[in-house]
Amino acid sequence: MGIVSPGFRRKRRDDVRLPPGQYLTEDFPVLSAGPTPYVPLDRWEFTITSETGQSYQWSWDELQELPAEEPTVDIHCVTKWSKLETTWRGVSLDLLMEEVETTADFALVHCYGGYTTNLPLEDLLDGKAWVAYEFEGDELAPQHGGPARLLVPHLYFWKSAKWVRGIQLQEFDEPGFWESVGYHNYGDPWREQRYQGD
Amino acid sequence: MARTALPGRLSPRLEWRVATLADFVDETATARTLLLDVPGWPGHLPGQHVDVRLTDEDGYSTQRSYSLAAPADGERVELTIQRVEDGEVSPYLADTLAVGDPIELRGPVGGWFLWHPSRTAPVLLVGGGSGIVPLMAMVRARRQARSRAPFRLIYSVRTPMDLIYASELRRSARDDGGLDITTVYTRSAPEAWPRPPGRLGLDDIERFGWPPQFEPTCFVCGPTGFVEHVATTLVHLGHDPRRIRTERFGPTGG
Ligand SMILES: Cc1cc2nc3c(=O)[nH]c(=O)nc-3n(C[C@H](O)[C@H](O)[C@H](O)COP(=O)(O)OP(=O)(O)OC[C@H]3O[C@@H](n4cnc5c(N)ncnc54)[C@H](O)[C@@H]3O)c2cc1C
Repeated sequence: MGIVSPGFRRKRRDDVRLPPGQYLTEDFPVLSAGPTPYVPLDRWEFTITSETGQSYQWSWDELQELPAEEPTVDIHCVTKWSKLETTWRGVSLDLLMEEVETTADFALVHCYGGYTTNLPLEDLLDGKAWVAYEFEGDELAPQHGGPARLLVPHLYFWKSAKWVRGIQLQEFDEPGFWESVGYHNYGDPWREQRYQGD
Repeated sequence: MARTALPGRLSPRLEWRVATLADFVDETATARTLLLDVPGWPGHLPGQHVDVRLTDEDGYSTQRSYSLAAPADGERVELTIQRVEDGEVSPYLADTLAVGDPIELRGPVGGWFLWHPSRTAPVLLVGGGSGIVPLMAMVRARRQARSRAPFRLIYSVRTPMDLIYASELRRSARDDGGLDITTVYTRSAPEAWPRPPGRLGLDDIERFGWPPQFEPTCFVCGPTGFVEHVATTLVHLGHDPRRIRTERFGPTGG
């Protein structure tokens, strides 16, 4: 426990569904390192590249034709806000990975605008991750990552890369954008893995 | 980009440190600068922030981020806190925390939204409300390093009463060579102010910023909506998105 700050009183009641240190919001805050990229749908593409260099690609229309799921999940931002029971629509990574031949253990996610983030591949599989293009029944707004973003709700939200354009599978882990400037490599909100060494 | 060791980046673990309030300065009716003594402070670069942790008697604790407002003076660091009316942490820091009281903080954090005083390229700073804080750290670091890097600052506030660092900014505009400052009022402007009150627009950013051909690094900080608006406008004006760095403060977003 930290040192007590004289006269400090908590204001808000936490929900048991909140990881430690998180507080609840009804809004949808925006956090990104730069301006919002706008990607026209006819030029949008999503590519998974295996460690051998083989690539698998989907256009916007092709993605829309795949069976979609509607996960309702809690999301947690490293800047301490959480939102409960958000509903999305998108394609499961399990489906996208079905055809992909790989023995890689790691994924480096690439985005329009240049952002990257890394995860162990297993954190993208088994119903844990989606390429999402709708939020609460509406198309995903550009500032929230539209046309499509990765959704990996069990990790801090910087891993849910906005404006996602592809995934590079690799045998070795390589830090992404925030990870290389001091953020935690994995980012489990339940263990408060905010910064390196947490 | 300068390859310099970033404080905070190399330390394997960010330790919580106990900081003590040494003094404070009221900047406006709602913003207070805290001067904190932090034993063992490793130093920082302008644009970085700290996480502050408060704990109550029941053991409940919570954290918020605050930008470092000035270059470190040894173990003395400055934060400027804008009170959010029904907020949990900012009213405590801005009103209750008394000289001699401890708080916990850790940092510096952030390796992206920062300016290194060795850089010479033009810089555009655009701040809304308390978004001025990390930008002021850059202005102060520039002065301290006697840098001549061309700087333009556009500072958007509601009314003259909301200007943080008002007198220092006036002095800077006069004394810091190569620093241009434009204040934009959104609700009410001082008498005879050349620009009528209103939201920061494309014209303002074009007129008071740098042309994209000058390839300035742009730092935009403030409430989320403000940052979104300014960053999008900069892109429209032709600035390369890779040179636009943003820090979004606010709880609310689109
Ligand atoms: C990198 C960074 C640097 C910052 N630097 C500064 C700085 O230099 N100076 C400064 O004054 N502030 C700064 N901030 C903002 C600061 O961290 C706090 O957000 C702010 O002080 C409000 O905290 P609070 O506890 O007082 O309010 P909160 O209790 O968080 O409440 C804020 C308001 O939003 C509502 N609310 C509460 N939590 C949320 C939420 N998560 N999402 C949406 N709405 C919510 C509340 O009802 C209230 O109206 C910075 C933020 C970041 C991310």
